[in-house]
Amino acid sequence: MSKEMTIHLKYWRQNGPTAKGYFEEKTLNSVNEHMSFLEMLDVLNEELQLEGKDPVEFDYDCREGICGSCNLVINGQAHGPKDKTACCQLHMRMYNDGDSITIEPPRAAAFPVIKDLVVDRSGFDRIIEAGGYVSVKTGSAQEANSTPIEKEKSDIAFDYATCIGCGACVAACPNASASLFTGAKIAHLALMPQGEVERSNRVVAMVDQMKEEGFGDCSNFGECEAVCPQGISISAIAEMRRDYVKALFS
Amino acid sequence: MKLDGQIPEGPLEQKWSLHKKNMKLVAPNNRRKYEVIIVGTGLAGGAAAASLAEMGYKVKSFCIQDSARRAHSIAAQGGINAAKNYPNDGDSVWRLFYDTIKGGDYRSREANVYRLAEVANNIIDQAVAQGVPFAREYSGLLANRSFGGAQVSRTFYARGQTGQQLLLGAYQAMMRQVQEGGVEYYPRHEMLEVVIIDGKARGIITRDLVSGEIKRWEADAVVLATGGYGNVFYLSTNAKNSNVTAAWRAHRKGALFANPCFVQVHPTCIPVSGDYQSKLTLMSESLRNDGRVWVPRKKGDDRHPNDIPDEERYYYLEERYPSFGNLVPRDVASRNAKLVCDDGLGVGETGLAVYLDFRDAINRDGLDTISAKYGNLFDMYHNIAGENPYKQPMKIYPAVHYTMGGLWVDYNLMTTVPGLFATGEANFSDHGANRLGASALMQGLSDGYFVLPATIGNYLADEKIGLRYGTDHEEFEKIANEAQARIDKLLSIKGKRTIIDFHRTLGKIVWDKIGISRTKEGLESAIKEIQELREEFWTNVYVPGEANNYNKYLEFAGRVADFFELAELMAHDALDREESCGCHLREEFQTEEGEAVRNDQDFSYVSAWEFNAVNGKLDETLHKENLEFEFVELKQRSYK
Repeated sequence: MSKEMTIHLKYWRQNGPTAKGYFEEKTLNSVNEHMSFLEMLDVLNEELQLEGKDPVEFDYDCREGICGSCNLVINGQAHGPKDKTACCQLHMRMYNDGDSITIEPPRAAAFPVIKDLVVDRSGFDRIIEAGGYVSVKTGSAQEANSTPIEKEKSDIAFDYATCIGCGACVAACPNASASLFTGAKIAHLALMPQGEVERSNRVVAMVDQMKEEGFGDCSNFGECEAVCPQGISISAIAEMRRDYVKALFS
Repeated sequence: MKLDGQIPEGPLEQKWSLHKKNMKLVAPNNRRKYEVIIVGTGLAGGAAAASLAEMGYKVKSFCIQDSARRAHSIAAQGGINAAKNYPNDGDSVWRLFYDTIKGGDYRSREANVYRLAEVANNIIDQAVAQGVPFAREYSGLLANRSFGGAQVSRTFYARGQTGQQLLLGAYQAMMRQVQEGGVEYYPRHEMLEVVIIDGKARGIITRDLVSGEIKRWEADAVVLATGGYGNVFYLSTNAKNSNVTAAWRAHRKGALFANPCFVQVHPTCIPVSGDYQSKLTLMSESLRNDGRVWVPRKKGDDRHPNDIPDEERYYYLEERYPSFGNLVPRDVASRNAKLVCDDGLGVGETGLAVYLDFRDAINRDGLDTISAKYGNLFDMYHNIAGENPYKQPMKIYPAVHYTMGGLWVDYNLMTTVPGLFATGEANFSDHGANRLGASALMQGLSDGYFVLPATIGNYLADEKIGLRYGTDHEEFEKIANEAQARIDKLLSIKGKRTIIDFHRTLGKIVWDKIGISRTKEGLESAIKEIQELREEFWTNVYVPGEANNYNKYLEFAGRVADFFELAELMAHDALDREESCGCHLREEFQTEEGEAVRNDQDFSYVSAWEFNAVNGKLDETLHKENLEFEFVELKQRSYK
C-alpha cells in the first residue's frame, strides 16, 4: 500500500498586488506519496474551505509539465528539489514523513503578485511581442521542403525552443533577469534560416524590451540553468549577447 | 428546424476551391472596419487571430490562462498529419481523407474531411516558415513517422512536443499582430455569455479573472475556439482549466450542440492511484508498437508481474485480434482493457489497470534501442508512477482524452446562430465518432489558418460596415446582469460541500455510465443521478471568497454548473443513438464476440440538440443532419 505522511506547510498569503504579504502555516496529516505537489495543495485547499477559510491561490493548468503555468518556489528553490521537473510533476514521495515545506511565489519586481502564489508574468508576452517571431504572412508560405536545414542545427534549435515560459529562471536569478527566457527564443530563431533574416532587429528589440519590463541584467550566476524544468542551456544567453553586440556594431 | 450544412456542389476534390471562388470578399480597405472577437488562443484560436489580423481585420483575442501560450494544444505529443507523400509510400489527399472518414466510423461529413486533408499540406508549409523545428532527416529534409490507423508515414513531429511547437508558432504569429495593433489581447478573461442582437452574434460578456469585473465587448462576429469538454469526467488528460462554459453558454443562447456523446477514451494512460488525483497523464500511443498488453489469467493473482510465467499471462489483445494485436485502434484497446478489469483480472492497488510490458522488446532489440525510442516516456512514467518500466511492466488504463462532439457548425464553421463561429475541438465537424492520432492538431490549424479566414469574410461581406449598437444596448445590459446574477447566486449558497467534491461525484457517474461503454439502464439512471446532484449543487455548494477579487474556485463553480447540464445531455444523446459507433459503445448493440455493431440505416446522422429551458429543467430537442456518403462506401471496421 502507498505511504501516508505528515507534512508541515508554510505558505505565502497576499490579498493583492499592494497588500502586505505574510506566511501562514498548516499541517496536513495524510499526504499520500503518489500525490503531485499541486494535488497536495488541492488537499490543503479542501481542508481550508471546510474550515470556512479562503483557499490559497496558485497557478496551474496542464499538470503535465508542459504549459508552464505553475511556478512555485519550494524551500527556496524554483519548482522544488527535483532536477528538470516542473512542480506539477514533483511527487510527494520526494519528501519524508514530518518534513516542513515553505512555499512562496517567484519573487521579482517584474512579476508583481496578483494574489497569494499567483504572479503576473505578462512581461514575457511583451518580450515575445517585441520580436520573438518570424514575420511570415499567414496563408502564403513556400513549400516546406524547399529550404533544407541541417539536422544537427535543427535539433539544437529545438532544444532552445522547448522553453515553457514558466519564469523559474527569473525566480532563481539573484538579479531577477529574464535572460534565459529571452535568450532561448533568440537562439531558437537565429539557428533556423527562417529566423535569420530578422536576426539583428529581433535581438535588439527583445533585449531592450526585457530591460523595459524591469528584469535585471545577467551576471553569469547560472542559477537559471540549474532550475530550468526543460534543461535549457545557459549558452542561449551567450548567443543572445553575441548577437546583441554584433547587431549594435553592424 | 432544417439543418443546412451549406456543403458546396461539385466533385469532392473541387468543393473547397469552388467555394472559395464563389465566396464574397471584403475589400482590404474595409477589413479594418470589421471587428472579430476570438475566444481561446490554442491552435484554432491563435491561428485564427494571427490570420485575420494579417488580412487586416480588427481582432480581440481572449483567453482564460495568464498567457496565450499556455492553451492546452501545447500538451499534444505525437504529431500532425499531412499528405505530403515525402516518404513516397503512396500517400495522397484522397488517402488521408479516406483514413479519416473510416477512422471516424462514418459519422463525419465527407466535404469537411476532404477539405481538412486538402489544406493539411499548407499547414506544414506555414509552420515551417514560422520556424517550427520539426524533426529532420540528415538530408536536411523533413522527417515523417507512422501513427495509429494509417499504413503510410504521414505524421510530422517535433520530438514528443509537436503541440507545443505548433502552438508557439501560432502564438508568436499572434503576438506579432498584437505588436502591429491588429490584435487586442486579453488574457485572464473568461467568456461568460454571448450577446445576440437582431438574431446575430454581436458580442460577448467576460469576467476579468483578476479584478472580477464583468465586461462587455461588441464586434461584428464572434469565434469560439475554446477546446473540448473532457473535464466533465473530472479525471481526464485535459488541462485543469479546459472547460465547456463558452460553448455551453452559447448553446443556451441558441447554438445547437452536436454529438455530445462522442468522447474519445485513450487506452495508454497512467492509471488512477487515489481520491486526491486531479488528472490523468497520457502516454504516447506509440508505446503499443513494442509493448505487449496483458493481465494475469487468474483472478486475484497478486504476484509481482515478473514472477508470473508466460502461460499464466493473458495477452488478450493478441488473442482476440490476431491480425492487429496490440495495435488495434484506441476505442477497441480501451474497451478491452475495461472488459478484463470488469472481469476481475485488473492489476494494481485499485484493480483498474493492465500491464504494458516491454520485456520481450528489450530482449529482442536491446535496452539501448528501446531506450532511444521511448526513453522520455519511460522516464515520465517512472517519475509519476514511481516504478521503473525497464525492469517491470508499466501499468496503464484508459482515460478520457478528446471530445468529438461540440457546437454544430456548417461547412463555413458557423453555428446555428448567425455570426457565431466555432473552430477546432469546440466544434463537432471533422472527426466523426472517433479521432485518429495526429488529426487534432491538423483540424485546429486548418480551421484557424485556412478555413475560417476565408469563410468569415463571406459572412462579413453581407454585414453593414460600422454597425454598432453600443455596449449600453439593452441586450448587453440584460445579458451582463444575467452573468452577474449567476455569480452572486453561487456565492450566496454558502453550503457544506466543496465544488471539487461535487465535480468528482459527477465525474464518477459520467465515467461509470457514459464512459467506455453504455447501456440503456445505466444512461437512464445516470440522468436521474445527475439531476439529483445538480439540485443539491444549487442548494449546498460552498463557494469561497468574493466576486471582486482573484477567485479560482468561483470560476470553477460556474464551470461545474455547466458540466451538470452537459453531462445530462451526453446521456440523452447516448440513449438516442441505438447503435455502437466509434468510441460510442452501447452494450445492447454488439456481436456475440463483443464487436461493435453500427447501424447506418437508422443512425447515419449528426445529432444536434437545441436547448430549451423550462423552470431550470434541461429540455433538449433533437434535430438530425443526415450524412450523405457520395464518395466512399461504408464498411464495417474490423481488426480481427
